[in-house]
Amino acid sequence: MQLEAREVSFRYGYGGRWILKNVNLSVRQGERVGLVGPSGYGKSTLAKLLSGYEKPHQGQILLDGHPLPRKGVCPVQLIYQHPEKAINPRWKMRKVLEESGQNSEKILKALGIEPDWLNRYPRELSGGELQRFCVARSLFAGTQFLIADEMSTMLDVITQAQIWNLMLEEVEQRGLGLVVVTHNQYLAERVCTRMIHLEQVNQIELSLQESVEYAS
Amino acid sequence: MDTTAKKKGSPFLTVEDLSVSFERYDSKFGKKDLKVISDLSISVNRGEILAIAGSSGSGKSLLAHAILGLLPDNAAIRGSMWFDGRDLTPKLQKMLRGREIALVPQSVSYLDPLMRVGAQVRGTQKGGKIRQAQRKIFRRYELDHTVERLYPFQLSGGMARRVLVSTAVISEADLIIADEPTPGMNVEQAMEALHTFRELADSGKAVILITHDIDLAFSIADKIAVFYAGTTVEIAPSEDFISGPEALRHPYSQALWKALPQNGFEPISGFQPYAKNLPSGCLFAPRCTCKTPECEQQLPPMRTVRNGYVRCFHAT
Repeated sequence: MQLEAREVSFRYGYGGRWILKNVNLSVRQGERVGLVGPSGYGKSTLAKLLSGYEKPHQGQILLDGHPLPRKGVCPVQLIYQHPEKAINPRWKMRKVLEESGQNSEKILKALGIEPDWLNRYPRELSGGELQRFCVARSLFAGTQFLIADEMSTMLDVITQAQIWNLMLEEVEQRGLGLVVVTHNQYLAERVCTRMIHLEQVNQIELSLQESVEYAS
Repeated sequence: MDTTAKKKGSPFLTVEDLSVSFERYDSKFGKKDLKVISDLSISVNRGEILAIAGSSGSGKSLLAHAILGLLPDNAAIRGSMWFDGRDLTPKLQKMLRGREIALVPQSVSYLDPLMRVGAQVRGTQKGGKIRQAQRKIFRRYELDHTVERLYPFQLSGGMARRVLVSTAVISEADLIIADEPTPGMNVEQAMEALHTFRELADSGKAVILITHDIDLAFSIADKIAVFYAGTTVEIAPSEDFISGPEALRHPYSQALWKALPQNGFEPISGFQPYAKNLPSGCLFAPRCTCKTPECEQQLPPMRTVRNGYVRCFHAT
């Protein structure tokens, strides 16, 4: 299994400036790749493209040579930087988990998700608590690649270490591919087997890049 | 007590024995109190940065909201808060917030989605002077001049954080509470943001910095308060965190230090107790390796150990 970005270019809206230009990269299953680069260089945008949340203007995102499936749950799962924006605010947490079909007791327990939290709305939980749900639902049975976009910055260091250790164990056991976007150099060194510096693969002219940095 | 009289020599902001609980309906007719902060005390002086570290959901943001009077209506608050010698009443909070007390909120969703970010940073002030000030701050944070015309959805995570920090830096507030201002920034930008807080403190303001990037906080803060399950377990000078676990007093602070990716990345097992079923004794006892029967019976009081405060019977 291989997740690949082939000559991918992207901009938000027509007439906007290019965020990514002719980006090529590939991640094999079992690999743990760190995606690093300064803030605003398109790391999160690339994460969204790889997981099918955005479509590239040019180029392709390929999973084993085929485009990502349009229907059903996506085998490439994104864990988003802002959990409060990734969860339906009108759903109770139980429904959020049910949507993904994730009900593995082991994972919920390992992530420290209290049964009581399932009856709450997202606004009644802290950012760190919400992020555990996002991690839990991304680890459902069909996942083949995980894209973790700054997934642990809102967690305390102990929870961070706990969640990463669990993730690495799952990734190892199921042979998943992992792409990690992080600013924490120490964390990247701990977690990743390989690093990609986005400023080296993104062939955007620097003057443009400096003047505008769209992404979210 | 005469609430208008100024206490001489007291810290700029004092929070004493603060408890916050939420009223929740857990069945059709049953109401329950959920105690989220218990017996919490901190203080910060002018010219000082107090960093607050601790587990997610330990009440760090709630403390910030309690100081500003932003807690929802179903919150019951006990304890006392003093600001510049004045009793911090709801009326005073309303007067001070946004003027003398500024908040850098935790979530980037606090930005107004329909307003250009430059205008949000300038706030209600008009004119060229404030515009210049805003541009100067943006330059400092490596935000291009075109950024002020953008809407929040067009910003990257790190850029939105830098915009949020700008809102507090531009205000004339004497107390700045920054609730996790650095996630999504790269190390240089995070240090730049933290250095501005240092400068603000050095110019005589008081800063409370809530953060999970504790390794960065060690280098610029004066004191670190460690929170666990809604209370302070240790308040120590930052040098102790730099020198390592032997200098720290509470087992939880030591565990925090050891869980850093550069220091072993080894988490202790277990989870912070949930507010609904807090243990009767020391809140950390269920996860503590050096607990004794005494620990499970009563909550240890804060006591002074080696120039710091700790809530543990066994700390030396």
